[in-house]
Amino acid sequence: MADQTLDAQGLNCPLPILKAKKALKDMATGQTLQILATDPGATADFQAFCRTTGNELLESKQDGKVYSFLIKRTA
Amino acid sequence: MLDITNKTIFIYSNKDKIDRTIAHWETFRMASASDDHTTNAKRMSIIVTKGSLDWAYPPFILATTAAAMGVDVTMFFTFYGLPLLLKKLDLQVTPLGNPAMKMPVMGMHMAMPNIVGMLPGVTAGATVMMKNLIAKKGVASIEDLREAAIESDVKMIACQMTMDLFEYKLEDMIKGPTLGGAATYMEGALKSDINLYI
Repeated sequence: MADQTLDAQGLNCPLPILKAKKALKDMATGQTLQILATDPGATADFQAFCRTTGNELLESKQDGKVYSFLIKRTA
Repeated sequence: MLDITNKTIFIYSNKDKIDRTIAHWETFRMASASDDHTTNAKRMSIIVTKGSLDWAYPPFILATTAAAMGVDVTMFFTFYGLPLLLKKLDLQVTPLGNPAMKMPVMGMHMAMPNIVGMLPGVTAGATVMMKNLIAKKGVASIEDLREAAIESDVKMIACQMTMDLFEYKLEDMIKGPTLGGAATYMEGALKSDINLYI
């Protein structure tokens, strides 16, 4: 289970990223954040976000219209 | 006795001085450390020249996202971009002269003929329509993005020349932006990895 969950459903670019960043900032290194989103662009964006910031994208999946991402704070 | 007391006082004041020096040094060290960090981070500058509801989005979306990705961002607000720093935003969008702006009409999307776009009230109507769409589609408001930009330490520079030209007052602007000119922008731009003009 993730240490924290962020519900970004219904939010459009760039809000899921901005809210995820805000949540990650307050988390300890090694903790995990799960993000739920409905923005189809979020899949590519969270990959790019993690590659750039050095945080680890542990999981990226889709269940119907809901996208779920699991990020480990490493940076 | 008096001598000792004086000495004691001297020693204490000296200790205080040393403590202060250490505190100063510590502050300086921390400041330079954060400077180092800043130097290592990628930098981006954006010249913001347009202040309509639609054109206000790209600079704020990119600035906030870049900041979230660890980029040092500077936004330079000039000409019609400058009013985006006003405390009270009243952004509007017009279909006039914009054939790419299709609006939902009776189940389809249509561009508005210019002759309609120029009629009184059409700009206000288009603005209301756009704001409804923005809310419906979960798109952030410009006010929220601007707030997020400030929160994430995006540097904002208000163009002094535009302030003079259009007679804007600093007290009508949000707190945070500094005043500057082309040289101020250039100094940052020359050190930046990305420079955008929007």
